Amino acid sequence: MSVEKQELEKVVIKFAGDSGDGMQLTGMQFTGTSALLGNDIATFPDYPAEIRAPQGTVAGVSGFQVHIGHTQVLTPGDHADVLVAMNAAALKANLNYVSVGKTIILDTDNFRKRDWEKAGFDADPLSSGVLDNYSVIEAPITSLTKTALKDMGMDNKSVVRSKNMFALGMVYWMFSRPMTHTEKFLNDKFGKKAPIVAEANIKAMKAGYNYAETIEALSSAFTILPADLEPGVYKNVMGNQATAWGFLAAAEKAGLELFLGSYPITPASEILHEIAAYKHFGAKAFQAEDEIAGVVSAIGASFAGNLAITTTSGPGLALKTEGIGLAVITELPLVIVDVQRGGPSTGLPTKTEQSDLLQALYGRNGESPVIVIAASSPANCFDYAFEASKLALEHMTPVILLTDGYLGNGSQPWKIRTMDELPSITPKFVPDNLKEDWLPYMRDKDSLSRYWGIPGQKEFIHRIGGLEKDELTGNVSYDPVNHEHMVKTRAEKVRRVANYIPDLTVDGAQEGDLLVVGWGGTYGSLLTAINQCGCERDVEVGLAHFNYINPLPKNTAEVFSKFKKIIVCELNDGQFIHVLNSNVPQFKYERYNKIQGLPFTVNELHDAFNKILSED
Amino acid sequence: MIETKELTARDFSSDQEVKWCPGCGDYAILKAVQKAMPMVGKQREDVVFVSGIGCSSRFPYYMDTYGFHGIHGRAPALASGVKLANPDLSVWQITGDGDALAIGGNHFIHAIRRNMGLNILLFNNRIYGLTKGQFSPTTDLGHKTKSSPQGVIDNPFHPGELILGAQGTFFARAVDINPRHMTDIVVEAEKHEGTAVIEILQNCIIFNDKVFSEFTSKEHKDDALLYLKHGEPMIFGKEGNKGLRLNGLDIEVVTIGENGVTEDDIIVHDAHKVNPTMHFMLVRLEYPMVLGVIRSIEQEPFEQRLTKQVKMVEEKSPFKSMDDLLQSGETWEIK
Repeated sequence: MSVEKQELEKVVIKFAGDSGDGMQLTGMQFTGTSALLGNDIATFPDYPAEIRAPQGTVAGVSGFQVHIGHTQVLTPGDHADVLVAMNAAALKANLNYVSVGKTIILDTDNFRKRDWEKAGFDADPLSSGVLDNYSVIEAPITSLTKTALKDMGMDNKSVVRSKNMFALGMVYWMFSRPMTHTEKFLNDKFGKKAPIVAEANIKAMKAGYNYAETIEALSSAFTILPADLEPGVYKNVMGNQATAWGFLAAAEKAGLELFLGSYPITPASEILHEIAAYKHFGAKAFQAEDEIAGVVSAIGASFAGNLAITTTSGPGLALKTEGIGLAVITELPLVIVDVQRGGPSTGLPTKTEQSDLLQALYGRNGESPVIVIAASSPANCFDYAFEASKLALEHMTPVILLTDGYLGNGSQPWKIRTMDELPSITPKFVPDNLKEDWLPYMRDKDSLSRYWGIPGQKEFIHRIGGLEKDELTGNVSYDPVNHEHMVKTRAEKVRRVANYIPDLTVDGAQEGDLLVVGWGGTYGSLLTAINQCGCERDVEVGLAHFNYINPLPKNTAEVFSKFKKIIVCELNDGQFIHVLNSNVPQFKYERYNKIQGLPFTVNELHDAFNKILSED
Repeated sequence: MIETKELTARDFSSDQEVKWCPGCGDYAILKAVQKAMPMVGKQREDVVFVSGIGCSSRFPYYMDTYGFHGIHGRAPALASGVKLANPDLSVWQITGDGDALAIGGNHFIHAIRRNMGLNILLFNNRIYGLTKGQFSPTTDLGHKTKSSPQGVIDNPFHPGELILGAQGTFFARAVDINPRHMTDIVVEAEKHEGTAVIEILQNCIIFNDKVFSEFTSKEHKDDALLYLKHGEPMIFGKEGNKGLRLNGLDIEVVTIGENGVTEDDIIVHDAHKVNPTMHFMLVRLEYPMVLGVIRSIEQEPFEQRLTKQVKMVEEKSPFKSMDDLLQSGETWEIK
């Protein structure tokens, strides 16, 4: 029987196995190959906090979901069209997230009685009927890999390690992808150090590809045509990588060296890794002894004239609290990145959440306002890291940039920028006409930011610190009236940033029945949901998605006033709604919250929208 | 260098009123440091004084250089950031026994371990002054303070041991009653490449007066203080006839001319010895109190290692500019 190629609009594939099975690598290879074919893409890795959780258990399952499309892809997808389950636990963990009627590829070698018992099945899933509604491909992937590599002279353990490539080969065939990208990757990675490993992996992948063709794994192989993206040169980027590059670009644009003070923490560490690689761009990645030293070393570097940043996740932001207050009162430029994860405390280190918003806004002693902005896609982490740097340097204040685990680890095609296209950054150096009369806390009249006198400069020798400052000299002042004046000035300085940020824009209907409000990493899910919602029902739905949270865009109330109902959707228990209630109190806000460490699904959003639309 | 010769101690004194208690040992330290600055040979704008919290940490306000009064215990991190941002700066950290050894203990040991070009002046008065008289990590066992009314039951740190244990490359000790010696030591510290720590024994006249009087009072100081000099025998005492001799794994005090002891029996100080065993013995010594440069060894400082790495990456990296990096990896074009 000849195999026809059927064209698909979109497909969601999930690779799942033990955390040592190489599922992240497998998923990333499939992503890279598909990106090169011009598909639009969104990915989401889903892995346990433990590096090697107990084998064969649901807790130890590591997954990588990739959504590829010929049309616009905004999320990694709610449900998988294809699940590759390398063992019984991977099936158990993901079965609920496979669309009914879709395909499940199983490595039957890992479905022995003890395997499915360990995974928590009551009966053998291959015969109990739980898979009746799916198209199941039972493949003895482990033993087929062993057979394919039997003449390589490798030990059993090394041979079995290649089984992920066998599975990848099968999926490559099913979706008509070439293997050249992965071949090149394997040769580059292992070719010199361990050529036999490269050879074995390539052999396993080809065996998987041929096997899928031989068994005609699907009645037809699929293809996904290139997506209709804006013209330009693209590459695939992960959110944390994009964040790091945004800072590198901002430093070059501002003509400053970049200093990162950081302490490793999931899911933010990749930013540190990335910046540590580019020392020759004048970037210094200082791995400090703790979170506190991370932020405080950055403040020292800022005082001495660098673009200074610190990167962390929720628990680390808590530790940096006192340091951020020091940057507030000394009015130094500083960017703090919080790649949010589930909390409180250690919480859910590898799962995503938006629950640090109130900590970012209010989590400091004293009256301590800072700018808070949020990225909303893996690719625009670049833009908001750049923007955070620009705001910090031009307004002489700390800026907290919120991303999250979903953005940080997710990937997406990114239209490559050139340095020329990026906006200018003008640090608040002391202007020439003020050099004679300069005092440390003199301010620019419009922005109210003070000027940056830097050690090494003869004219600006001065002392600053965490004690309250005299309004001009910056000398220590305990004067009651001066303190109140300084508190209000620092607040007004941050408030006036609203004059320098873009207006809030609305996707979908510009006025009408329902305004969906979100912020940060949920943009893809919310946009997909309103796009589809608008098609199915005769209602006008718009999406106002916030990237600027403190201060809010000036036209916020105007946008809100054009809709009958407003629903605020967040991956927390209602933090932004609290901000809106206190800042834009004239509207009634409905809410939809999810706190499961997972992104929104489009279906659940539709249910929430429909419910509110049906209420009077 | 011609210009620096013109600078005097007064040039390093700011216009701010000094607000320590009358009779505080900090005044002598401030004068000694201001006197040392012209000898260090740096312009005022290239000097940064950084501090944490505590009485001693007000110090930067009184120096007419760049200064940053930080938060409690975090000055080593602040100073590290300043130094890495601009390694040409001369960076000084002022700290106390509470700031450095309690709340900032972690930052303190890691700064020393990294051996960045920082000069750390640790004012040790064995008490919390600014919070009004609680015991510190160096307060003697049994000492009664506001927070230890029945006497301290915590074992005290010997700062020197902590510094040597953290791989310190330079450790010296000075005392507030001898500012001239302190000035010399401050100049020595700045010459050292890497982190230099000076423990300064300082009297808190209000909350711990006379804590060091058994070493520093007029009647005791000649017999109780030993000024170390590299390459010279460890001799001290009013008559200049007492010395330190090695007895097994202990140091003992002997008198030259008694019981057949001659100058040849006295240990000759070697501050440059990499093996820190003798330096450990010296910092632990309870009598006499050893002053001067106890340890000073050469080791490539952090910032020089970093500069080397930058050069290495510059040579090896395929990305010469930000645009190179942005265009790197696998790309595809949509037309």
